Amino acid sequence: MDGKCGIVGEAGLQFFGRITASVSHEIKNVLAVLNENAGLLEDVVLMAEKGIPLDTERLKRMAGSMERQILRANGIVENMNRFAHAVDEKVQEVDLNETLSLLVALTRRFADMRGVTLEPVYVDSRVLLISNPFLLQNLLWCFLDFAMEVAGKGKGLKIVADADDRVVRIRFAGLERLAERDTPVFPSEREMALIEALEADFSVDPEVSQVIMTLPRRRYI
Amino acid sequence: MKNMKVLLVDDEEELVSTMAERLSMRGIDADWSTSAEDALRRLETCRYDIAVLDVKIPRMNGIELKKRMERKCSRTKFIFLTGHGSERDFRVGSLEAGPEFYLVKPANIEELIEKMGQLMER
Repeated sequence: MDGKCGIVGEAGLQFFGRITASVSHEIKNVLAVLNENAGLLEDVVLMAEKGIPLDTERLKRMAGSMERQILRANGIVENMNRFAHAVDEKVQEVDLNETLSLLVALTRRFADMRGVTLEPVYVDSRVLLISNPFLLQNLLWCFLDFAMEVAGKGKGLKIVADADDRVVRIRFAGLERLAERDTPVFPSEREMALIEALEADFSVDPEVSQVIMTLPRRRYI
Repeated sequence: MKNMKVLLVDDEEELVSTMAERLSMRGIDADWSTSAEDALRRLETCRYDIAVLDVKIPRMNGIELKKRMERKCSRTKFIFLTGHGSERDFRVGSLEAGPEFYLVKPANIEELIEKMGQLMER
């Protein structure tokens, strides 16, 4: 394995690790809520056995909470499954909008922790390109991660995807801290290796607080 | 235990509200907050004996929150709750609260109450 391949591989593992750790945290939270509801149900039954009348409104509330958590867990697992299947094919047709919405969902917790609001904007209903789905997700994640780090005071981060015949563009806007000195080095060696692997390009524009990533619509391998 | 006043802090509203309900059923006066900012506001009056904090809270982690809370009210004692079981989080959480006062989600309410009792006796 040469140096670049090694960096790309390591970046992929790191990305996979961070996403799965976040997903497991989310699932733990769902389980914790279900656990409390199960405990509360037990408490209510014990009270009923002691002659305290059953509070049906309380039972309805608990059922509603459990239902919401099950739906939430289902969504988390579905997203995780879609994410995991990104490694199935080395190259395939990818809908950028779908990929972005999946990444935004997978990144939601990271954004919440930083107090950042992610606002994806899809200019066209579908943006198709031929690419390596996993590397594409990885590179988008790297850009998103950096963008969240340098989001401005309002913490609103716009992610705008559009395309022409030749390239697709993903614009990360609202990066008001981009011109500040204490921002992380970007792109790092890891991002550069991914950019090269995907034949992508990028521009950083502190004056308008944005970073733009461009990708060829068709990547020839 | 009956006069104990507890604050639960976690961004999972359904988790903290249900925990508070269950603690109240056991005679423990429990309030809850879903943000660090709200938790700090609630601490202005310094009325909590124990605060149960999630290690990871949006915009401010639980460790930082604990430090700020301690500055506001030195009598409040802390228990950490976490969804993460990572070694790093365990090290950080157990350093701050002591390994015996660091619980992993989903936590058992009776165990939590037992820990609260131990903390109050300290």
